[in-house]
Amino acid sequence: MLKVNNIDVFYGNIHALKDISLEVNEGEIVTLIGANGAGKSTLLKTLSGLLKPKHGNIMYLTQQIAGKPAQSIVKSGISHVPEGRRVFSNMSVEENLELGAYLRNDRDGIKKDMDHVYELFPILDERRKQLSGTLSGGEQQMLAMGRALMAQPKLLLMDEPSMGLAPLVVKKIFEIIKMVNSQGTTVLLVEQNANMALSIADRAYVLETGKIVLSGTAKELQESEQVKAAYLGGL
Amino acid sequence: MEWLQQLVNGISLGSIYALIALGYTMVYGIIKLINFAHGDVFMLGAFIGFYAIARWDLGFIPALIISMLLCAIIGVIIERVAYKRLRNATRIAALITAIGVSLLIEYTVIFFRGASPEAYPEVLANKSISILGASISTQSIMILAVTIVLMILLQFIVHKTKIGKAMRAVSHDADAARLMGINVDNTISATFAIGSALAGAAGVIFGIYYTRIDPLMGVLPGLKAFVAAVLGGIGSIPGAMVGGLVLGVVETIVSAIGYSLWRDAAAFVILILILILKPSGIFGKNAREKV
Repeated sequence: MLKVNNIDVFYGNIHALKDISLEVNEGEIVTLIGANGAGKSTLLKTLSGLLKPKHGNIMYLTQQIAGKPAQSIVKSGISHVPEGRRVFSNMSVEENLELGAYLRNDRDGIKKDMDHVYELFPILDERRKQLSGTLSGGEQQMLAMGRALMAQPKLLLMDEPSMGLAPLVVKKIFEIIKMVNSQGTTVLLVEQNANMALSIADRAYVLETGKIVLSGTAKELQESEQVKAAYLGGL
Repeated sequence: MEWLQQLVNGISLGSIYALIALGYTMVYGIIKLINFAHGDVFMLGAFIGFYAIARWDLGFIPALIISMLLCAIIGVIIERVAYKRLRNATRIAALITAIGVSLLIEYTVIFFRGASPEAYPEVLANKSISILGASISTQSIMILAVTIVLMILLQFIVHKTKIGKAMRAVSHDADAARLMGINVDNTISATFAIGSALAGAAGVIFGIYYTRIDPLMGVLPGLKAFVAAVLGGIGSIPGAMVGGLVLGVVETIVSAIGYSLWRDAAAFVILILILILKPSGIFGKNAREKV
């Protein structure tokens, strides 16, 4: 579904991603683990069109999306839940969800999807009219996910959904990621919490200082000595 | 009922400041630029209205609409030509460019038509009606009515329409807005269009109310509207409305109690005071986000 071929991405002079290739197949949950600064968020930003790769190409379904503007990438079915949620805190929960459906014009469909999001996250339903800046971190994460789902993505990019959240909330968020995936959305999940990520993923890549150093099925990586030592707390 | 009459004068003047201040505040909200050319768009609006009324014999409302439309187009051109390429430049570079655009507009107008002032034709009947002993001109009432309609329209656009929601989203977080599929460049252009249209309307209203217009007329009202925007809290739309009205009323009071020479100074004393006492302005946001 998504095939990244040898991309290089720069932040000014910093070579943030070096010759990265990876693949996401339809229906999968693929996770990308790695330490702070490894380039995980940079990769997602490149996929969603916020950054442009200097070399290499990104094939999504049948089209080349590297360097295309973000709005046409969203339109083609890739939604990005950014790191730190980035909800529009000056707007209500409902307005945030409406913005998620910005490129759609099917009123009935939007209404239906909004009800679906409220079903997935009943707490958002209770807070419909509340300014999203007043929500707790976990609720904001749910809102950011709901907002991304409003675009009816085929591929959902998730950047550190567990960041700054209590373990119970993280568990709930990951359950919902699995549920969304089982309803037909492919997921590319970036995480520092390697344990959680590998527990729900089909396949995984390990990113270190801009390079992919390891890849395999989630099970293989869970058992790999190298991953255990570096990311799973050395158990 | 002298005070009531002064209050009406103050509100009329204040609504002109408010209309200009809205453009400042909206543009600042979305690209963090103090668009010092905004006062000159107001001047162009006054001249467009003048030509529409004096040369093409149009009435007040058609002249107002033409002036708003042309100013909207001019605003978008200014943004596309001068500011767009500076989106990632330092703020001071953009600010200097804005001052350059301002001078360019002023002296281009002088180049083509000279610097002489023009007398605005009387397009609205100027009768006085007596309310509670104060004589209030029908013009002031008309100005107030137009301002209120425009502000309601603006609130509607910003809060209920798709482009308004996009504008608020971009001003809050441009990258997050991109991820929603919002075309940030077009949204910024729309903001300039709306702000400039309001300045155009203010220009026509100013011309009718004060009857004298000239190519440098935008400088002082532009600066004062900027003060109004800061007073209300720059970036805040209700703030610009309230700031404009407060400033207009304060200036009128200063003149009414006999210090008319100090009128212009009053605005800048307010600016200094607000920057010392509450730099975020009346409606300024200090709200911290939860992370």
